[in-house]
Amino acid sequence: MRHLLSPLDLSVEEIDGLIDVAKKIEKNPKAFRHVADGERLATLFYEPSTRTRLSFESAMLNLGGTVIGFSGASNSSASKGETVADTVRVVGCYSTIIAMRHHKEGAPMVASQFSPVPIINAGDGGHQHPTQTLTDLLTIAREKGRLDHLTIGLCGDLKFGRTVHSLITALVRYPGVKFVCVSPEELRLPDFVREDVLEKNHVPYKEVDNLEDVMPELDILYMTRVQRERFFNEEDYLRLRDRYILDGEKMKLAPQNMIVLHPLPRVNEISLEVDNDPRAMYFKQAQYGVYIRMALIMFLLGLEVPEV
Amino acid sequence: MINISGIEAGYVIDHIASGKWRLVYDMLQLDKVEGQVAIITHANSSKYGKKDIIKVEGLIPLNLELLGFLDHNITVAVVKDGKLVEKKHLSLPEEVEGVATCHNPRCITSEERGLKQIFVLRDREKRVYRCKYCEEKLEDFK
Repeated sequence: MRHLLSPLDLSVEEIDGLIDVAKKIEKNPKAFRHVADGERLATLFYEPSTRTRLSFESAMLNLGGTVIGFSGASNSSASKGETVADTVRVVGCYSTIIAMRHHKEGAPMVASQFSPVPIINAGDGGHQHPTQTLTDLLTIAREKGRLDHLTIGLCGDLKFGRTVHSLITALVRYPGVKFVCVSPEELRLPDFVREDVLEKNHVPYKEVDNLEDVMPELDILYMTRVQRERFFNEEDYLRLRDRYILDGEKMKLAPQNMIVLHPLPRVNEISLEVDNDPRAMYFKQAQYGVYIRMALIMFLLGLEVPEV
Repeated sequence: MINISGIEAGYVIDHIASGKWRLVYDMLQLDKVEGQVAIITHANSSKYGKKDIIKVEGLIPLNLELLGFLDHNITVAVVKDGKLVEKKHLSLPEEVEGVATCHNPRCITSEERGLKQIFVLRDREKRVYRCKYCEEKLEDFK
């Protein structure tokens, strides 16, 4: 039985395979309507979520499966003190696959040790978010036509930004990839990404605090939100939240073929005026997210890909 | 010079960093050993200046992996019939369990009851261990 806890749980070939299936789904979604008949997804979301949870649910419903679950720890037995281990052992009796979001880092790994069904990490604290990464990779593959030889700017909260950690972890396996990390000193990449992923794999990267200076060299700009829920100190959050705002003026500095990604939700870090720029891909990302999650569910459940 | 009598069968755990004998003693649970345990602290060492030594009577099972995790400079000599018969070389274990606590307040180990603290070796050269669950680096646990 396979789980998806980190992007490294999938080989490059497997990711390429998922992207191929997602492209087939995009072309002919009707062909996939009954692929997961009889399967049931449980969404265990201990943290609030709109996109990821609904994206997972849409993915399973599109495949013909059914969905159960809860949203928010207060709506679950966790509020009564139930452990993650007990919860998944029980929910595993009601479902054939589980997507879990948890505020504690490593919770999906604990779940995978006790679950009778595959576990998908749908975001654990400030740690990893591998299905957002699959979404990002599909978006890049579709919009840039490749996953190699790219310069990716990552901007905002790189310390607690789990989508950033997962994206870097996945992309270092492709040749010619470079990273430009734009953040204030306090929100730089954690050492488990900088030392264990970037430096260990000899991947070129630089850490800067000015976005305008590096805009011209980017193929992709990945904006992130400074997340209030990751701060123990409200003052620090207020001081850092509006440090970077991507607006029309800054977009003038970017190459014409650069694309802007954002895992969403955004707050102030991308001005509304950028939404009309053809380089803004963040709403397309949300659509790609459903296709790639459909492909992932099929993969983890061992379901056959229909001939299209 | 203090004279500590030799042992017929047992171990000489040598080159323990000076002052750290207690950590080794506790980790190896030497309080549960039936034979004699002799502790020498602040012994002269040509290599390290000062060191601690523990002599254990009896060939009890020793957790060498744990000892390697603690300090791979430690040496373990096996004594049989009053003679040194083997020197054990220590190496860093791939994984250690229950010897340290993850200090990341966002880690699931801070909340989940009954979950063992496990650290995984990430960089042998730099001796870096990280929490298996949240990947927080294990800083000085001694």
